[in-house]
Amino acid sequence: MVPAGASAAAAVLFAGFDSIRKTPVEGCERAPYCMMGVCFDCLAEIDGVANRQSCMIEVWPGMRIGRQMRARAIDPKV
Amino acid sequence: MERYDAIVIGGGLVGSAIAYGLVRARLRVALLDEGDVAFRASRGNFGLVWVQSKGDDAPHYQRWTRLSADEWPALAAELEAKTGIAVGHQRPGGVHLCLGEAEIEARHAMMERMRIQSGNLGFDYRMLDHRELTNMLPALGPAVSGASWTPYDGHANPLNLLHALHKGFAENGGRYLPNSTVSEARATPGDFSIPVAGREISAPKVVLAAGLGNAELARHFGLSAPVRPLKGQILVTERARQVLPMPITTIRQTVEGSIMLGDSQEDASFDTSQSPAVMQTIARHALLSFPWLRDLQIVRAWAALRVMPPDGLPIYDQLERFPGAFTANCHSGVTLAGAHANLLAPMITAGALDPTLELLSAKRFDVSVAA
Repeated sequence: MVPAGASAAAAVLFAGFDSIRKTPVEGCERAPYCMMGVCFDCLAEIDGVANRQSCMIEVWPGMRIGRQMRARAIDPKV
Repeated sequence: MERYDAIVIGGGLVGSAIAYGLVRARLRVALLDEGDVAFRASRGNFGLVWVQSKGDDAPHYQRWTRLSADEWPALAAELEAKTGIAVGHQRPGGVHLCLGEAEIEARHAMMERMRIQSGNLGFDYRMLDHRELTNMLPALGPAVSGASWTPYDGHANPLNLLHALHKGFAENGGRYLPNSTVSEARATPGDFSIPVAGREISAPKVVLAAGLGNAELARHFGLSAPVRPLKGQILVTERARQVLPMPITTIRQTVEGSIMLGDSQEDASFDTSQSPAVMQTIARHALLSFPWLRDLQIVRAWAALRVMPPDGLPIYDQLERFPGAFTANCHSGVTLAGAHANLLAPMITAGALDPTLELLSAKRFDVSVAA
C-alpha cells in the first residue's frame, strides 16, 4: 500500500518500477530522480493528462499513472 | 610569455565563431572567456537565424545578414561532421504575424522598402492573408490578420551551436582560457600583450568580442564600442510533438519539441531579473496568435541581456593606430555566426576588413564624422 500523502512518483518507486518515461528525443528510460520538481525525469500521464510532474502530485485513490513514452501530442484548435 | 597568432577576447557566440574560423585557417589562437560574472547573452538566445526584418534603411546590413544565413547550412554541416554535435539548423522560411490592418500595412511598407533597397541582390517576400496562412500554420487565432514571409529565415539550437564552436575550436588546436577577465592590455603596432590569470600572452592580432564587456574593453585599445544592454525574456513550454512547421518572429518550436515564446525588449540597465508582468504580456501575445498554446505548460523561463549597438546594427572595426586590433559586436550572435566564422574570420586572418563592412564601423556614431 502506498502511504497517504505520498507523491505519484513515490508510488511508482514504491511499486518497484525502475522506469516511468522515455525521453522524447533519444528514447532513453528514466525514473523519478530529484523528487522536488526540478529534473522533469518523473513525467507521467496522470488520469489522461500528459507530461505531469508526478513528484509534485499527491496520489489519490483510483489515480491512473501512465508512462510518458514520447513527447505529448497536441491538437491545435482555435 | 605565451605567443599566439591571435587572441580573441570573449567566449560567447561572436568570439567563438571568429576563433573557430581562425583556427580553421591554421592560426594559433587563444580564446579568453570571462566567467560566470559575465552577462553571457549567448546562454539566453532565442535561436532564430533571422533575416526578414534586418536592415530596413541599411542595405549593407541586409546583405551581411543574408550572406550569413547563406553560410549557415555549410557551417552547421561542418560543425556536425567535425564535432558530432548537431546544431539543429533548419531553414524552412519564416513568418512574421501581424495583428490588425495597421500592422499589416506597416509591415508591407517595410518589406517593400527592403526589396527596393536590396537592388540586384533581390528580396523575395510575400504578404499573406489569414486564409493563406491557415494552410501553413496550425489553428491561428482570429486576431491574426496576415503575415510577411521570406524563404531566408530559419532557426537553430543556440546552446548546441556554442558547444560545437568551442569543441571545434579546441579540436583544431585552439587554446581556451576560462576565467580570464581582461582589465589591461599593452599595444604596439602589430603586437598586443595581455596579462590574464597570472600570465602574459601576446599576439600580432587581437579580436575584441566581449559582448557588453566591449564597451569598457574597447577603450583600452583606443576603440569605441558603444553597446548597451537590452533585456529580453523568454518562456518555454513542455515538449510536444512537432506542430509548427516554421519559425515565427516571436514563437518557434525546437527540434526537441519545446515551444519558445519571447518578444520583450526592456531598457533595464544590467538587471537580469524576470518580471511577471512582462511574462504575462508574452504569454497573452502568443495566445492571440495560437490559442491552443493555452493547453501547454510553461516549464522554464529566463531573462537575458542583448548586446545592443545604438542603431541595432553590428559593429566591426580595425584600429587604425594599432593595426591588428579588431572589434566585433552585435545582438544577433546566432544569425551572424555563419558570417563570423566563414567571412569575418578570413578577413581578420588576412589582416583587413572588407570595404563592404566600412559602413558597420563604430565611426558612424562619431558626431563629427556624421556632420
